[in-house]
Amino acid sequence: MLYLIEQCLNGMQLGMLLFLLAAGLTLIFGIMDLINLAHGSLYMLGAYFAATLVGVTGSFVAGIALGVVATFIAGMVLEVIAIRPLYGRDHLDHVLGTFGLLIFFNDLVRLIWGPAGLTISLPSQMLTAVQVLPGVYYPAFRLVIIIATLAVALLLYVLVMRTRIGMLIRAGASDREMVGALGVNIKLLYTLVFGLGAALAGFAGMMQAPLAFVQIGMGENILILAFVVIIIGGIGSIRGAFIAAVTVGIIDTIGRAFVPDLVRHFLSYSAGSSAGPALSSMLIYTLMALVLIFRPEGLFPASGK
Amino acid sequence: MKPRVTPANAVVVALIVIMSLLPVYAAATGNTFMMTLFTRIIILAIAAVSLNLIMGYGGMVSFGHAAYLGIGGYVAGILAKEGVNSGFVQWPFALLLSGLFALGVGALSLRTRGVYFIMITLAFAQVVYYVANGLDRYGGDDGLTIQRRSEFGGLVNLSNKTVFYYICLVLLLGAIYLVWRIVNSRFGMVIQGARSNERRMRSIGFPVYRYRLVCFVIAGTLCGLAGVLLANHTNFISPALMYWTRSGDLIVMVVLGGMGSAFGPLIGTVALLVLEEALSGVTEYSQIIVGPLLLLVVLYARGGIDGVLRLRHG
Repeated sequence: MLYLIEQCLNGMQLGMLLFLLAAGLTLIFGIMDLINLAHGSLYMLGAYFAATLVGVTGSFVAGIALGVVATFIAGMVLEVIAIRPLYGRDHLDHVLGTFGLLIFFNDLVRLIWGPAGLTISLPSQMLTAVQVLPGVYYPAFRLVIIIATLAVALLLYVLVMRTRIGMLIRAGASDREMVGALGVNIKLLYTLVFGLGAALAGFAGMMQAPLAFVQIGMGENILILAFVVIIIGGIGSIRGAFIAAVTVGIIDTIGRAFVPDLVRHFLSYSAGSSAGPALSSMLIYTLMALVLIFRPEGLFPASGK
Repeated sequence: MKPRVTPANAVVVALIVIMSLLPVYAAATGNTFMMTLFTRIIILAIAAVSLNLIMGYGGMVSFGHAAYLGIGGYVAGILAKEGVNSGFVQWPFALLLSGLFALGVGALSLRTRGVYFIMITLAFAQVVYYVANGLDRYGGDDGLTIQRRSEFGGLVNLSNKTVFYYICLVLLLGAIYLVWRIVNSRFGMVIQGARSNERRMRSIGFPVYRYRLVCFVIAGTLCGLAGVLLANHTNFISPALMYWTRSGDLIVMVVLGGMGSAFGPLIGTVALLVLEEALSGVTEYSQIIVGPLLLLVVLYARGGIDGVLRLRHG
């Protein structure tokens, strides 16, 4: 039982990271109609920025904050230089062009930071375990991730639903031409949205970094998962992305935690440990396939589309 | 389709002549490097040709095409591991399984359009990738070394590099011919018609879905053949064979060469792999050049190399 709670929290934490990635992806897709395979590169870039900046400033929080700003700027620069010409093109062009950017960033990072990965060390107070329920201890940093990402999700909600710029973003998602015709600087809006998506992805990378490792290609697997999330949730829908992200996060984690034991009941011990990740991944992709077949618009299609 | 002397045709003819003579060069100089590189190029070109059939002519952008490479390769590898070395068993079985997988994937994914199609094909390929990762008996994520190449009862010896090279080359030319015949048949016309205007094809009375599905299965089977060849070439299989970036590479090869052109995929594969090979001699960071180049091709040379050679734009 305790194990189950712990695994649910882990799933929640993965889900929140997925949400940060998927929110940017779904905004960019919903508003600019762009498939961005380089989104995972921004996730990676964010983690590298933070690793460097935490080292320079000597403070975890300052490093993360500066890292988010740096990724925001990097995202906007990328948009102006390379993404802008892709708007209005075929989806195949998006896939190819951003695939080119993805391999470019992998080697660029290798050139700048070298092939060996980096680590971000946590401040000591985040290394302890916190008692979340009587008898249930949970690593403080994982809790910080959940809380911080929830806060960001809330901020994003307020930004999109309650501010003027959010209104423009929503208007842009439902009718681009009209917003442009009404005199809104749509180019600037796109650049800002792309930067916002980049910052969210970068922040996700930074949050993941202390748990794993800052390395080249770290954004590739999770990018595909984030795509699965936005397909399940409905493209362009932030609410859908949130629910789908948490669902996928929990399925993945629970699958990895419990499927191996289940398999071991029937097969050998080693078969269990290798079948776990395979089965839980299959579960997620099967869920996506089912959603696409029965509700091609996703579970929570963006309204007004 | 009267053959004329154009830059594109000249390049294709030159390429085929060079490829046919490579083993002679290798035998004369004793330097087999180019032959090994080109064996790989030829095999991947078969995969690209098969992708071109659905993507270039049919407008079905499959982002999971590497799955068939993996299935073909794994069938060969697994059978070899279990002691079945006969190519007469391995090869048909690999093609059959690739085709069946394509049938399943196609039946489901062809109900969707556009970006959803791209993503669902990707999702199925990822499932196969994770299944291969979970195949403990066959190496899991470390992969599996194949001890002996497929045997054809003394008819041909695949372990002979030159023989293997020519077999691959003949199969490639056969694949290009097959796709060319398909595309110019009535069936191919329906497929291409459905790409330009699906609604019209449907109202004329063609069951577009079924046509597309058959086309999808043919492409998957053909790519499975490339998978068997690749496993025999490297004597090794691993899940990396079908990681999603490999599917991306295949799309790059097709578009770089020229979508919807018979020899485009071959040109694209040669261009990409030779470029990568050449750059890797100069710099360790070749993708810094290849990546932006790709973006430029997308933006300014939509017809790929074939389009540039034909002085065609857009």
